[in-house]
Amino acid sequence: MGRGVLTPPPHKHPSIDGRAADPSHREGNRGAATPHRKASAVASTNTVVRPGSTKSRTSRWAPTARKLTPYAFLSPTVIVMLVLMLIPVIMVIGYSFMDNVITNKNPVFVGIDNYVEVLSDPVFRTATGNTLFFTLVSVAAHLLLGLGFAMLLNSPLVGNVTKALFRVVYILPWLFTVAIIAVLWRLMLNPNGVVNYLLISLGLTDKGIEWLSSPDTALLAVTFINIWAGYSFYMVTLLAGLQGVPADLYEAARVDGASAFQRFWNVTLPQLKPIIISMSVLDIIWTSQQFALIWMTTGGGPVNVTEMLSTYTYKLAFSRYEFSVASASAVLILLLTMVLAFFYVRHQKARD
Amino acid sequence: MTTFAQKQSPAVRTTPDGARRSPAQKPRRRPKERLAKVVIIVLLLTGAAFAAFPIIWMASSSFKPNTEIFAYPPQLITSNFSFDAYITILTDPAKVRFFINSYVVSLAVTALTLLVAILASYAFSRYEFKGKRPINMIIVSIQAVPPITLLIPFFGLMVVLGLYNTYQGLILTYLVFTLPYAIIMMTGYFNTLPKELDEAARMDGAGPLTVLWRILVPISIPGIVSVGVYTFMIAWNEYLFALTLTRTEDMRTVPIGIQLLMGQNSYEWNEMMAMSILGCIPVLILFLFFQRYFIGGMTAGAVKS
Repeated sequence: MGRGVLTPPPHKHPSIDGRAADPSHREGNRGAATPHRKASAVASTNTVVRPGSTKSRTSRWAPTARKLTPYAFLSPTVIVMLVLMLIPVIMVIGYSFMDNVITNKNPVFVGIDNYVEVLSDPVFRTATGNTLFFTLVSVAAHLLLGLGFAMLLNSPLVGNVTKALFRVVYILPWLFTVAIIAVLWRLMLNPNGVVNYLLISLGLTDKGIEWLSSPDTALLAVTFINIWAGYSFYMVTLLAGLQGVPADLYEAARVDGASAFQRFWNVTLPQLKPIIISMSVLDIIWTSQQFALIWMTTGGGPVNVTEMLSTYTYKLAFSRYEFSVASASAVLILLLTMVLAFFYVRHQKARD
Repeated sequence: MTTFAQKQSPAVRTTPDGARRSPAQKPRRRPKERLAKVVIIVLLLTGAAFAAFPIIWMASSSFKPNTEIFAYPPQLITSNFSFDAYITILTDPAKVRFFINSYVVSLAVTALTLLVAILASYAFSRYEFKGKRPINMIIVSIQAVPPITLLIPFFGLMVVLGLYNTYQGLILTYLVFTLPYAIIMMTGYFNTLPKELDEAARMDGAGPLTVLWRILVPISIPGIVSVGVYTFMIAWNEYLFALTLTRTEDMRTVPIGIQLLMGQNSYEWNEMMAMSILGCIPVLILFLFFQRYFIGGMTAGAVKS
C-alpha cells in the first residue's frame, strides 16, 4: 500500500531492517530523540496506555504506545465491522442450519435440509441461469460501450470543450438511482410508451410490444435497462486509463507503420488490460447482486423469467417468511461471490 | 494545446526532419481526417441520444398532465405544460417527509463515514503494524459481500436491538457499505501526501491526532470531498435495506417513496417523474459542483496512479 508515488525517498527506509517496523526513524540522530519521546507521550494518552511520568519510563513505554496507536485509530472501523459484518455473517450461516428462525422463538437444528431444499428448487436453478445471463451480457455490453465512448472522447480530432460536454451527457445515466431508472424505463417501455412509438414509426414492429410483461422479452428488457444504467462507470475509468497511456508508445507504433486498428490492438488494449480486468470483476460482483432494478420493473416475473438470485432470496424471506431457507440461499450467494472476490483481490495484489 | 496537437495529430508529425515539406501530403490527409471527424461526431451524437433521451423524456413527462402521458403521437413539449406534478408533491407533507428522511440519513452516514474512515486511513497510511495486511485484505473483500446475504440477519438484529424502523438502524447499516470503499480511497489519498509533512510536525512535538487534524486533514480536502460525495450518493440511492428495515410511511426514503407512488391503483406517472427529478437533484448538484472529485471517486477503484 505504502508504495505511492510520493512516499519518502529510499534513504529514509533502512529502519525497516527486520525488527518490528517503527515509524520513528531518524538514523543516528540523537537530537531528534526528544521530540519523538514527546510525540509518543501524547500518543499514550490517546491509547490509554499509562501516563508517562519520568523520562526513563516514557522511553520504556514509548514503543508500546507507538505500537498501539494504529490500533486505536482502527478501533472504530473494527468495531463497526465486527458488529455489522462478522456477526451478521455468522448469524446467517447459523440460520441456514436451523428451522423457523425469526418467526419461531425456539428454532431447531436441521443440518443441511435447507440447502437441499434450495438446491433442488427448480426456481433456484432458473434464477441462477437468469443471473448468469443478466450479468454476463450486462458486463460485456458495459465494457464495449464504455470503451467505445471513452475512445470517442479521447479522440484528438474533437475539441476539448465538445469532449467535456459529451462526457457530462454520457455520465448522466450513472447519476440516477436505480429506483428512478426503474420507474423511468417502465414509462418508456410501456406498450403505449415512446419506445414502442419510435419502433412503430420506423416500421420495425406493427404493434406495441409489452417489453416488461411478456416472457419472451422481459429478461432482455431488464438487461438492456441495466446496460444503459451502468456503462458510464467503465467509460469514465477507461477514459482515465486511456489518458494515462504514454504517447510515445503510439509514436513508436506509428513509426513501425502500424494501422489504427493495430495500434488499438497492440498498444491500447494491453495498456488497459489491468483496468479492464479489475473493473469487469467488480462489475460482475455488483451486477450479480442487482435487486432494486428487477424488483421495481418486473418483480422477477412474468413466470420467473427475470427471477434473479437476489429476488428469489428476498421473496423466500419476506414474501413466504421462510427465513431459514432464504438464509441457505443467501449463504450460497455469499460463497459464489467470495470466489469472485478472491480473484479480484489476487488480481489487485498482482498489480501492487 | 499546440504540444498536444503535435503529439497526437499525424498530419503534423509525418515529416521527421521538421522541414515544411508536407504541402504535398496535406491535401491527401485532410479529407481523410475530415471524414474521420464527421464519423466521430455522428457517433458521439448517437451515443448522446442513447444516454440522454430517457432523461429528457423523464423531464418532459413531469411537466405533462397525467392524461397526456401516453398521448399519440407522443409530444416532447406539451401545450398543457405545467408544474402541477411538482406542486402536488411539494405540498404533500407525507411526500416531503421522504426527502427529509433521505437527507437526514445520507448526511449522517456521510459524516460518520468520513470520521471513521479518516482515522482508519491514517493508521493504514502512516503506520506499520502487525495485522495490517490481513485487516486491509478483509476491508477490500468486505466490499464484495452481497447485500442480500446481510439482509436477513440485519432484519433480525435490528428488531432485537430496537432499531427497526429508525434512522439509527438505517445509518448503521449504510456504514457497512460505505466504510470499506471510503477507507481504501482515503488511504490512497493520504499515501500521495509526503510523510515529511507529519514528521516535521512531530519534531515540533505534535501528537498523532494533532498531526492528523491540523496537518493532513486540511490538505486532504479534495480527497475528503470525493469520498464524501460518493458516500452521500451510495446512501441517497440505497434501496434494499431502506425497503426492508423501515415499515411506516413516515420513515421511508425517496427511492421507496417513488415506489409507493407506483403501488397505488392508478399510476400518477407525471408525479412519479416529478419526484424522480426532485430525487436526483442533490446528486446532480453534487456532480456539477464537484465533477472533478466525482470522477476521481469513480476511477479510484480501478485506476492506479
